[in-house]
Amino acid sequence: MTKVATGVRPRVLVRGAGVAGLTSAVTLAERGADVVLLEVGTREGAGASWMAGGMLAPWCEAESAPPEVTRDSIESVDWWAAHVPDVARNGTLVLAPPRDVADITRFSRRTSHFDLVDGDRIAELEPDLAGRFDKGLFFPEEGHLDPRKALAALRERLIALGGTVQLNAPADRMAGDPWHGARPDWVVDCTGIAAEKRLTGLRGVRGEMVLLRCHEVTLHRPVRMLHPRIPVYIVPRADHLFMVGATMVESESFASMTLRSMVELLTAAYVLHPAFGEAEIVETGVGVRPAYPDNVPAVTVEGRTVYVNGMYRHGFLLSPSRARRVGDIVFGASAA
Amino acid sequence: MLFYGAELSSRLMLGTAQYPSPEILADSVRAAQAGVVTVSLRRESIGSRAGQAFWSLIRDLGVPVLPNTAGCHTVKEAVTTAHMAREVFETDWIKLEVIGESDTLQPDMFALVEAARILSEDGFKVFPYMTEDLVGAERLMRAGCQVLMPWGAPIGSGKGLNNVFGLRALRAHFPDVPLVVDAGIGLPSHAAQAMELGYDAVLINTAVAQAGDPARMAMAFRLAVEAGLIARAADPMEQRDMAVPSTPVLGRAVLA
Repeated sequence: MTKVATGVRPRVLVRGAGVAGLTSAVTLAERGADVVLLEVGTREGAGASWMAGGMLAPWCEAESAPPEVTRDSIESVDWWAAHVPDVARNGTLVLAPPRDVADITRFSRRTSHFDLVDGDRIAELEPDLAGRFDKGLFFPEEGHLDPRKALAALRERLIALGGTVQLNAPADRMAGDPWHGARPDWVVDCTGIAAEKRLTGLRGVRGEMVLLRCHEVTLHRPVRMLHPRIPVYIVPRADHLFMVGATMVESESFASMTLRSMVELLTAAYVLHPAFGEAEIVETGVGVRPAYPDNVPAVTVEGRTVYVNGMYRHGFLLSPSRARRVGDIVFGASAA
Repeated sequence: MLFYGAELSSRLMLGTAQYPSPEILADSVRAAQAGVVTVSLRRESIGSRAGQAFWSLIRDLGVPVLPNTAGCHTVKEAVTTAHMAREVFETDWIKLEVIGESDTLQPDMFALVEAARILSEDGFKVFPYMTEDLVGAERLMRAGCQVLMPWGAPIGSGKGLNNVFGLRALRAHFPDVPLVVDAGIGLPSHAAQAMELGYDAVLINTAVAQAGDPARMAMAFRLAVEAGLIARAADPMEQRDMAVPSTPVLGRAVLA
């Protein structure tokens, strides 16, 4: 590995302005790199990041993810709070419909850092849910953010740090010639599922989400509704918006949402609170998450290219730790 | 026991849905030493070839694939899905599911018989997911099925063998037909019980996939299926109401 000479800023071309690309670009710029970020889409987060829930839930994810996901994501709540506005640190509430209440026990066996809560405590945390649930789990140290606002804030931060963001970039590798003929020292490829052909084992996992507006319900934190087939979550956002997600289908189809998926997501919202029955459906979305066979995001190096990919459903949760690894590679502290 | 002329390397059939990751799925298939893996097309396809990446992972496991029609509620859906499965996996085996009721995911026996007839005539080798109904089983055989797969309990319920009497009756009526308990098994002891009843195989999915450590649970099921199979071959003792001393009492010194 070539060490970067003292006083010389490494030129880094970051490809892809999703959550992996933006966190990498900002981290590199903060450490002194000369960063150009290219995005083929018309805005930041043109891929799967746009559909993300934005839950910063290291401990809830332990239910189905390996321990390293929890370990590597604990730093992410602080990272996001330091980098973008409006990161809520109100925790996560885990509930189940009455017939699936046994799933609370299973969930609690596989996770940690939670309090077992009864109906009174649930009502204290979320007054609108008073009297609706008798048992749940509360993960007080978790947080959430609005992914679309967070990505925009990261783009601004990158520009403030002297970085360049080029949207609508042509797909070829050296588009724009930002360094006037000089080659970048490093290319950081964060192109998600678009890199499928170049990265062995990468596959797409389809996810579907719905954005609702409901003036009658107020929530202060994400609520996960346990369900034997798909765990559904409802994340509150500004202006009475609620993001309901997300399906996980082993498919790379970008076709519109299916009726079955919409029924399952909306039923969960309705079970959480019947007032969602009157909610306005603001948006339905479909994304394809890039994932490796172990569903854990990886940083890999090939020559002078660093790949950050396979974010799966952990994009906002694990991007900070993966970006730090990218910084270590570019600045020669360690190999991948 | 032959399943449509094929000898299976093991009597444990493993479903491939709901694992935490494809890597854990592959570990579980290896630990189970599964003789067959089942795969759902419908849930993962959205009517297109977009599930290719996952399907090639399944093919790469190197275990015979039994595609299923999970999620189909009508004859037409099931037949269409079976044709797609034959193309994708290049097999004429099909695990036929036609769901009749969404709370219990109970099979619709009438639609099942009709779909089995259509598919058998079309050259498919049909593995029907059925209730333990004896008459229904008879109709499925007449429709061309040479394997029967009665449920133990509703899919994903983990309740074990709900109607042991019915399963035993089915075994007694069809001594030469391969019988597989499909659905409802939650614990290795349930699987062992099915094999002790004389069933030829069991199909497990949720009990392994949703365990905290799926690969370890897969190994437990492999051992249980093997134990049940060997026990059956060893001709178990009969139950009786009274104790039978294992050593003679008569003629012993009386110490009183």
